[in-house]
Amino acid sequence: MTLVLALQLCSVFGITSLMAFGGGNAVIPQFEQQTVSVYHWLTPQQFTDSFAIAQAAPGPSTLIVSLLGYRAGGIWGALIATAAMVIPTGLIVYGLAKVWDKGHGEKPVRHAFQDGLAPITVGLILAGGVVVARHAESNWVQLAMTLIATVVLCSTKINPLIVAITCGFMGYVLAA
Amino acid sequence: MTPNSSTSEAGAGDGGAVLTEAPPPAADETVRPRVSFWEIARTFNEISLSSFGGGLSAWSREMVVARKKWMDDAEFLSAMTVCRILPGANQVNLAVFVGTKLNGLRGAGAALAGLIAMPTVLLMAIAALYAAFQHSHAVQHVLAGFAAAAVAMTLQMVWKTGRTTLTSIMPVLLFATTFVLNGILRWPLWWTLAVTAPVGIAWAWRRAHKKAAAQAAGSAS
Repeated sequence: MTLVLALQLCSVFGITSLMAFGGGNAVIPQFEQQTVSVYHWLTPQQFTDSFAIAQAAPGPSTLIVSLLGYRAGGIWGALIATAAMVIPTGLIVYGLAKVWDKGHGEKPVRHAFQDGLAPITVGLILAGGVVVARHAESNWVQLAMTLIATVVLCSTKINPLIVAITCGFMGYVLAA
Repeated sequence: MTPNSSTSEAGAGDGGAVLTEAPPPAADETVRPRVSFWEIARTFNEISLSSFGGGLSAWSREMVVARKKWMDDAEFLSAMTVCRILPGANQVNLAVFVGTKLNGLRGAGAALAGLIAMPTVLLMAIAALYAAFQHSHAVQHVLAGFAAAAVAMTLQMVWKTGRTTLTSIMPVLLFATTFVLNGILRWPLWWTLAVTAPVGIAWAWRRAHKKAAAQAAGSAS
């Protein structure tokens, strides 16, 4: 890990994170361009694989930056890239959450924001689910599994982890 | 025998007296609950590790709202949108937001560490394994199963939060408009919110004022 590489990692991931309006996935094309075309830390195929792994693995999919950093500079590269991705934006959120929380209690402005934004967020969540479902290679098995799992989750208090593991297992069994 | 020692004896002998003395400081804490660093870190670690294949925001809600009751739905959902508007990864932002609310800067650090520490380590291991098994159909099919479960969790979250927030015609309209613009017409987040957020906030603001006016009128009469 050279100082130059460390600074490159900081600038690529730190600056890009501040441009990530609309979530981590919005800057995936920017990461691709920087890490593959500009700095040649990965091949295009390695980038695509990293994306798939980060999506499926537990944790925020934005941790793709750990994989990209790892390719660039090993363990230290992974740590620097991850820190550069989450700390600057984390500080912004921290500052805002402080201000937000000052309006503790029955402040009308805060309540207007909360009650007005809540139904909009539900709409965004549904939109996200539909978009992801469309992206997945949809066949009737997967569609049926999604529907059954949804009904089970909505109508019972089952631990979602059990549903996820069952779905993974069924995906394996039904396709075999 | 001093009066002091007799009162302490009475306090020790009578459990009720000890209990009635305890509440004041405890009641003070309940006004502003502070959750410990480890509790926050452990919770976000659990959220994170449960979310293979996706469904992270649904897991966050499940733990923060349903199980731990650290926030109610309205607060959690509005925090979600605020975190989407701010730059950065949504889930990371949300963890920092919740952590800050629970225990200031320490809480933010705890939530962040809990959310990303273990997954980062796991990711390295999975990346190494993936290189060996990426062409295996079994792996692809298991991942497809996880993806189905993740979508199901997202839909369940819509169902659960919808039941608590979509309680009259205006919220339903806001919900439907947002979904169509962002999910069907694929408008970017910013354009979608530019249309729906001012309407939603203005509606909630007016409603709060009407309620306050009605209450004032009620108490006056």
